Formats: sequence, structure tokens, C-alpha cells
Amino acid sequence: MTAALGAIGRPVLLALASVGRVALFAAQVIAHILRPPFYLRELGHAILQIGWFSLPVVALTAIFTGGALALQIYAGGSRFNAETVVPSIVAIGITRELGPVLGGLMVAARVASSIAAEIGTMKVTEQIDALVTLSTNPLKYLAVPRVLAATLSMPVLVAVGDAIGIMGGWLVGITRLDFNSAVYLKNTVDFLEGWDVGSGLVKGAVFGFIVALMGCYHGMTSARGAQGVGAATKAAVVSASVLILASNYVLTEVFFTS
Amino acid sequence: MIELSGVHKRFGENRVLQGVDLTVASGTSMVIIGGSGTGKSVLLKCILGLVRPNSGTITLDGQDVTKADRDAFLARFGMLFQGGALFDSLKVWENVAFRLVRGAKPLPKPQAREIAIEKLRRVGLKPETADLFPAELSGGMQKRVGLARAIAANPEIIFFDEPTTGLDPIMAGVINALIREIVTEMGATAMTITHDMSSVRAIADNVAMLHGGVIRWTGPVSELDATPDPYVQQFIHGRAEGPIAAIR
Repeated sequence: MTAALGAIGRPVLLALASVGRVALFAAQVIAHILRPPFYLRELGHAILQIGWFSLPVVALTAIFTGGALALQIYAGGSRFNAETVVPSIVAIGITRELGPVLGGLMVAARVASSIAAEIGTMKVTEQIDALVTLSTNPLKYLAVPRVLAATLSMPVLVAVGDAIGIMGGWLVGITRLDFNSAVYLKNTVDFLEGWDVGSGLVKGAVFGFIVALMGCYHGMTSARGAQGVGAATKAAVVSASVLILASNYVLTEVFFTS
Repeated sequence: MIELSGVHKRFGENRVLQGVDLTVASGTSMVIIGGSGTGKSVLLKCILGLVRPNSGTITLDGQDVTKADRDAFLARFGMLFQGGALFDSLKVWENVAFRLVRGAKPLPKPQAREIAIEKLRRVGLKPETADLFPAELSGGMQKRVGLARAIAANPEIIFFDEPTTGLDPIMAGVINALIREIVTEMGATAMTITHDMSSVRAIADNVAMLHGGVIRWTGPVSELDATPDPYVQQFIHGRAEGPIAAIR
């Protein structure tokens, strides 16, 4: 009986300890965002790496998702003669859910992995120790610019993804589903509300924070050697993806059920 | 003066330092020798505050290092890491000038770059090296850049962690000579950890041998060969037989 309780209790305690460590790390990062010195050059570099260079992957994801969504809604809607809802459902689906979530997952795969690998390698090659001996706080120098850059960049990426996703639906609508272009666009605009877009942008900011936080946390806690860095990279992507999906549910509850 | 008294450090069940007592006088060069895994790097990291000792005291000029203002304390140090630990994303001159352009009194970039180039020249590297990235340099050049970074802010105390590891004998000799010259010229206190006996003879004023988590022997380098301590004798002559187990 004791052994069985122990087998359940140990992983629970370990999981709670991990949650505590991540929460503490997040609190430290947030506290340092507000305190000088501010590493603006590193912030600019991180915005370029995280935001600008993620645009192609987010755009490709959005255009194919928008197109597929239009086909699915058309096929589903035709069962009860509701094909005309395609433009509005594509727009709402992309802006509220698929834009931020799929964009977040793609950025998690691309950015969380690269941040964890970069910082993990810095740790195993003593570059993080070197930062400390050079009177530079590694958390402030490495984590803060990346977390801030991802939090600021993701809403922009989501906005671009929304526009391209809707365009993907429109393209499929007018070329494959015989929609009139002007009617499709009018339906999109008429039924789309500001909060549909706004909620997706807020989600994007939260997902960006999660992605960079997980990359930095797992990089900084990476074990020694190539295997340690590999494990940190994997853990960063998995934890960022799971947290994006979980927080998406929570945010959807908060935004749309009250 | 750096003084360590009863310093203990363990990682889980592994007791690495078990009561280290050591004094390093200002302006002298202390070399710590000992086999691999005996805790030499941990000892340096304890002094720098990168690793927190479980017990014991470490003082710098009589002040407990754990209670000192961190930035002011670290500003007195320079360190050459075993692998160089250069920042891959920064150019060579930016690595060297890293401390100069940050901190309480940052220098303008052009001035910091000039100082960096001067320090690179001091360690035998051409000014053209300044605009390269660390990945474009050989191992010996990376060590020299690491050395230039360590001395960039004219520190009072310089730590060298295995400065010649991975270098050919000629390059190792060059680095040893550079360290000796720079330490003498700057009047700095130096602490070097190595298991390379040619480095010991080139760099040291005093030597301390770390074994079993404690300082087994310490004394001037001139007395190293004459000491009857069997641990020191086995180590400096590289014998497989003796009190130090060959398989650890």
C-alpha cells in the first residue's frame, strides 16, 4: 500500500516541483523586464530571429489551413444547405482559434527548440558562467530579450496569419467552390467582429511568452553534453506545445463563455 | 589576498571538497594541481560564486565573498575558461570588449574596440582578427581571445582554468609564456588550475596540490621537486604506482 502511494506521490511531487521552478523562473523574467539595464540590441536581434524569420512558416501554415477550412465547412455545410456560411466561419475560425494556435505551435517548433539548443549549448560550453564572471546576469541578458521579443512578435505574426488564412479561404472559395469574390469578402467583413481578431492577438501574445519562456527555461536547466542539450530541446518543444493548447482552452473559456 | 578556510562542497553523495584551506597572497601566482575530477574547477567556481560551498569561508582582502557586492566583486576578476567560453554570436572584438561596453561606466563602442584590438595585439593576434567570429578561429587563437577578454578590464585577480588543455606543445608554451608575462606586467594575483607540469613550472610562484577534497601540499614552486610528499611525487612524475589510485 505504501509502495503504491509512493509510486503515485513521487511523480506528483516531481511535477509540482517542476511547476514551481517554471513559475519562479517566469516571475524572475517578468521582474527583470521592468528593471534596467535594458539590452535593446539583443531585443532587436531576438525580434528579427523570432518574429521576422517565422513569417514564412506562419504564412504557409495559415494559407493552407484557410483553404482546407473552407473546403471542410463547405462540405459540412452542404449537408443542411448552409454553404453560404463558409466566409464567416472561415474568418471566425482562423482569427479566434486556428491562426493563434497553429501559429503558436509552428513558432514553438521553430523558436522554442532553437532557443533551448542555443542557451543549452552556451551552458555546457561555460558561456553562461563566463557571462556571470563578466558581471552580466544571464537571465536578463539571454532570457528577457527573447521572452519580450516573442511576446511582442507573436500578435503581429497572428495578425499576418489571420489575413493570409482568410485569403486562403477566399482563394479556395472563388476558385473551387464557385463563390463570387465580392460576396465572399463582404460576408467575411460583415460577420467578423473586432473581438474575434483581438482575442486571437491576445492569445498570440500569451503563446509567444510561453514559447520563449519554455525555450529559455529548458536551455538554462540543460544537463551536460550533447544528450543534455538534445533533451532540453525536446522538452522545450513538448512543454511549449502542451502549454499552448492548455492555455488556449483556458483563454477561450475566459473570453467566450461568460 | 584570497583565503579559503574549511571549504566543503558536495554534489549529492559526491563530496568534492572536504575542507579546503588555502591562502593566495596578493600579486602572486598560485597554481593548483591535481588529477581529473578532484574538484579544481569547483574550487575556482566557489571563489567566484558560480558554485555555493556547503560550508567554510572564502574571503577576499578579509571580506567574505558571499556578502560582497557582486558587481564590484566580479569587476576585480578576469577569467580564462578551459574551452575559451567565447560568445559565438559576437565578433572577437565584442567578446574582448564585453565588460567594457556594459556595467556601471560603459565605454563608447569605438573606444572599447580600440582597447580590444590593443589587448588582442598583446596576446599576439592581428587587428584583422577583431572582426572574425569565434567559430572562424583555431583552438589556440580562441584561447588567446579568451585571455584577451580576461585581461581587457585590467583586473586585479585572474583565474586560468586549464589554459593549455587541447593545445599542441608549442602553442601551450606560447600561452604559458603569455600568462606569465601578463601576470607579472599587470601585477595581478593569479590562480591557475592545471595538470600540465610544463604550465606549472612556467606560471607558478606557489603550487598547491588538491587531492581527496583537501590541499595535500602547498609551497613554492622551487620546492616542488624536492618535497617528499608521495602524492606530489607520483603526480609530478606521472607514475601509475603510488598512493593515488590510477583508476578513479
